[in-house]
Amino acid sequence: MALTTLIPEDGALYQRDRAWHPAAFTPGYKSTTLRAPRHALLSLAPTKSELTGPTFGHGIIQPLDNDLIRNFSQDGSEAIGQRIVVYGQVLDENARPVRGTLVEFWQANAGGRYRHKREGYLAALDPNFGGCGRAITDDDGYYHFRTIKPGAYPWPNGGNDWRPAHIHFSVFGHAFAQRLITQMYFEGDPMIWQDPIALSIADRAAVEQLTARLDRMNTTPMDALAYRFDIVLRGRRSTMFENRPEGN
Amino acid sequence: MLNRTPPLKESPSQTAGPYVHIGLTPSLEGISGPNVKDLGSGPLEAGAGPRITITGRIFDGSAAPVSDAVVELWQADADGNHDRAWGRVAVDGTGSFRFDTVKPGRVVGPDGKPMAPHVTLWIVARGINVGLHTRLYFADEAEANAADFVLNRIMDPRRRQTLVAARTEADGRATYTLDIRLQGDDETVFFDI
Repeated sequence: MALTTLIPEDGALYQRDRAWHPAAFTPGYKSTTLRAPRHALLSLAPTKSELTGPTFGHGIIQPLDNDLIRNFSQDGSEAIGQRIVVYGQVLDENARPVRGTLVEFWQANAGGRYRHKREGYLAALDPNFGGCGRAITDDDGYYHFRTIKPGAYPWPNGGNDWRPAHIHFSVFGHAFAQRLITQMYFEGDPMIWQDPIALSIADRAAVEQLTARLDRMNTTPMDALAYRFDIVLRGRRSTMFENRPEGN
Repeated sequence: MLNRTPPLKESPSQTAGPYVHIGLTPSLEGISGPNVKDLGSGPLEAGAGPRITITGRIFDGSAAPVSDAVVELWQADADGNHDRAWGRVAVDGTGSFRFDTVKPGRVVGPDGKPMAPHVTLWIVARGINVGLHTRLYFADEAEANAADFVLNRIMDPRRRQTLVAARTEADGRATYTLDIRLQGDDETVFFDI
């Protein structure tokens, strides 16, 4: 019998490993200084308020939502930049696919410029690039989208800090306690290891988990490179040791 | 049988950053099509019941408004069932958020007894490395609040008050107001759930 079939889905969630996540206050990333709670988080066994969460049907998805090369085209032209496909599987900590869950993504353009009213970087906007998309995972937990590789960009933190190329991800899962926002980096980028935001994560292996792998097998010939980025959401424990006199 | 160590680690969180609106409230940045409304915007699909307003402002440790946050709200309907009542808003330039919803009913808590009515809030922004979970309770539920399992986990009764929204009423509609303080005196209670 497969291991996964032994684990019922109705248990509590595994506790979040706070040593794997960034701490709230990470001084290298200055914006955390006034925004990090100083009190300890209050541990709370999840209730129905956290073990349930919003679900979204395929009806919310527009045809070009997973094609950032074309979904903001103003004049029929495609976005400028290196064409890539980003895909991966959303799994829980028990390595089971998370099906039918919404994945949202946003990013800077190829020059490292965001389409945002508070963005002041001098790199040019691409009139045909918005930088926003979404997808719902399939029955095996996979999502995919087409985009251009975002550029690195400088940001006001230290005197000369640069963000490595990255794509932001928002994932829902099936429980509000699984809600996650993270960022995807690109394999082999030396700038990851100079980035105060990536390095807000203390464990190098945890940063590696956010690094998408170049996947030559899924490259679209004469079109786009492929990067694989799997996302892991919290999983649920076995309930076998709850006090049930009748056993499990 | 004991729980096995799960084979995978949860993906570590990263800040939503200052440009979170591109992804979560794209119409604010002119990215959505004209007929596409942002996910979670507008009145919550919260079922039957009198409509209420939930509002508040978010402040940092220097008491300055956090003007770039996105807040999500998840709650039960008036009968205490979680179904579709989810909303998402970007705060405005004053750090203010607002939801149009119904007052939730009671949901069973960890001790098997009904919890006091509450909504669950989740806050992301630049400078927040891991999204913050908190709850909003209702000041006009004093008896239920006094018996609430979660509120009673908060040892300092003054800190319990950081989760209780004040009620006002105008034109027959109730508004519940709760400010959220990320840090400092009266720091909001946040949960590790």
